Amino acid sequence: MSTADRTRAEPKETTAAVPLTDETLARAEELIARYPERRSALLPILFLLQAEDGYVSPAGVSQAAGLLGLTKAEVGAVATFYTMFRRRPVGRYVVSVCRTLSCQLRGSREIADALAERLGTPLGGTDESGMVTVEEVECLAACDGAPVVQVNTENYERLTTEQALGLVEALLRDEVPPPTFSAEGSVTEPSAAALHWRLAGLGEPPERLRGRRPEKAGPDQREQPGGEAQ
Amino acid sequence: MSHDSGPVGREPRSPAGEVRVLTSRWGDGRAHELDRFAELGGYASLDDAFAKNPADLVQLVKDSGLRGRGGAGFPTGMKWGFLAKGTGRPTYLVVNADESEPGTFKDMELLERDPHALVEGVIVSAYAIGCRTAFIYLRGECGFAGRRLAAAIDAAYDKGLLGRDIRGSGFDLDVILHRGAGAYICGEETALLSSLEGQRGQPKLRPPFPAVEGLYRAPTTVNNVETIATVPWIVRKGVDWFRGMGTEKSPGPKLISVSGDVNNPGNFEFPMGTPAREVIMGAAGGMLDGKSLKAWTPGGSSTPLLTADHLDVTFDFEAIQAAGSLLGTAAVIVLSEDVCIVRACLNFTEFYAHESCGKCTPCREGTDWMRKILIRLETGQGRKDDPETLKDISDGIFGRVFCAFGDGATSPILSALKYFPDEFAQHVDGHGCPFPGARVAAGAH
Repeated sequence: MSTADRTRAEPKETTAAVPLTDETLARAEELIARYPERRSALLPILFLLQAEDGYVSPAGVSQAAGLLGLTKAEVGAVATFYTMFRRRPVGRYVVSVCRTLSCQLRGSREIADALAERLGTPLGGTDESGMVTVEEVECLAACDGAPVVQVNTENYERLTTEQALGLVEALLRDEVPPPTFSAEGSVTEPSAAALHWRLAGLGEPPERLRGRRPEKAGPDQREQPGGEAQ
Repeated sequence: MSHDSGPVGREPRSPAGEVRVLTSRWGDGRAHELDRFAELGGYASLDDAFAKNPADLVQLVKDSGLRGRGGAGFPTGMKWGFLAKGTGRPTYLVVNADESEPGTFKDMELLERDPHALVEGVIVSAYAIGCRTAFIYLRGECGFAGRRLAAAIDAAYDKGLLGRDIRGSGFDLDVILHRGAGAYICGEETALLSSLEGQRGQPKLRPPFPAVEGLYRAPTTVNNVETIATVPWIVRKGVDWFRGMGTEKSPGPKLISVSGDVNNPGNFEFPMGTPAREVIMGAAGGMLDGKSLKAWTPGGSSTPLLTADHLDVTFDFEAIQAAGSLLGTAAVIVLSEDVCIVRACLNFTEFYAHESCGKCTPCREGTDWMRKILIRLETGQGRKDDPETLKDISDGIFGRVFCAFGDGATSPILSALKYFPDEFAQHVDGHGCPFPGARVAAGAH
């Protein structure tokens, strides 16, 4: 099989619902046009797909492959390499607790355990209402603020376990307490979808994503991207 | 925590240290706004730079002795000088803003407080090397820095500082902000370029070096945020001023991140060549709760640990190397006497096992083997020859993999075995960890 054949998107499988519709497809093309080579837009497009779909879904993998002239395997290989690309839907608020040394010296493991217990999920999972995902992550480059907790990548620094639990209680009520540097201009994204739109590099997220409640609650068993044979 | 009680957790940050160059605008509060940045002298280096021949600017940076602030310490001007000429392809500047070395938080604070400092540096540096499209690869996990930098780039375009014919110089420059998606290895320059091309972030064998075949196989230089933000200062104030700080081989000011068991963790700016004692016991407020210092990393988790006997070592590339470690990113993690060194190694090794990109077998497998042995030691299942096995595995990784990640993964373990062999033996003989109250927990996520 020639390279040209291999890199052409597979036409045989059509997905009923594609994550990107006309309007967002135009934004994807805008991302592609930004780079000297199309494939550079893959990470931004995966963020955009995740903004629309809540995670990098099999349909999203197909759509990205079609847009960039890649195979689904190539897209799946990239999507599974990076921790910020999700293989199952996340909550409206993603709470990330740093587990690296400076934070653990200041009690971050205790915080992570307490939050997981309160949310009734193992680390990496989402509470039953689908509102809050809690995970442990590696060094967040804010070690003087240890222990560092993030909500949708915004920092809440030097929290006690009680304060961290209070933060999560507020998130469960769909209230977002101001992040540590709010007085300096730090703002917490109102939803993971809005965050992922911004990470795609498309500026201010549209209103429909800012207020979006999670549709798919709880742990998800659906197919993982890249898991299907080409 | 109540919704209207305002932010919790910590007091505002203020710049500290001995010199104010990169931190000179950090206390201002409005320096992230373009107009204010310009009032404070920002973008002044553009006129100086555009009045010069690009080749003379490269020479200026060479003469300054500026060395890369991202870890390796390679002379910046020399790196620029290696860029292939006459290839018929564009030349690219890629800024490495993927700060994720454990203990390092200087670039993010710089971008949060003074983002135009990087944009100014990008313009001057791009002009010097003949780059028309520059990329900034910024960590995905750092929301505030991302917001600030995106706004700064937009403002620079609005004011004609980016785009066509910047300040009437005839020089055009586009800057593309590209967000990472969670992978420590993308701080390694060839992995970063792969990631920017839409691939898995895996390092490549060199040569060819990026200066010859980098992004899109075109000549490319990858420089750290702090390095690029330093360039405008050299252009404005000159080589003599820059060399007036630091040492012969490590000139200039340096941001040093201090965290862990100190009273006043934070970023501090010092001239290169400042003794560690002054930074850790002085600026960073000394040891928390009056405990004694057990060990510290001079440049993040990937640099060999030093001990209380090394506090007179100075922060410059050559002195730290002479002491058996590396300056790295100048990220100091301070461990006090009550931190179990095996558990600290386990924490770091869990990091490396998680972040290994998987390309090279010795690193992919070895980091996980070391993780399992350290867990075994911690949980009372340690064997007499475990320290030797750890050294063997390290030997199988060090220098035998594509990139510096593997070497870094062996640093904490080899240095801990060197300085604290008895503690490993205690874990074996005592059937477990002798630090019941140790504050680091085992178990990967």
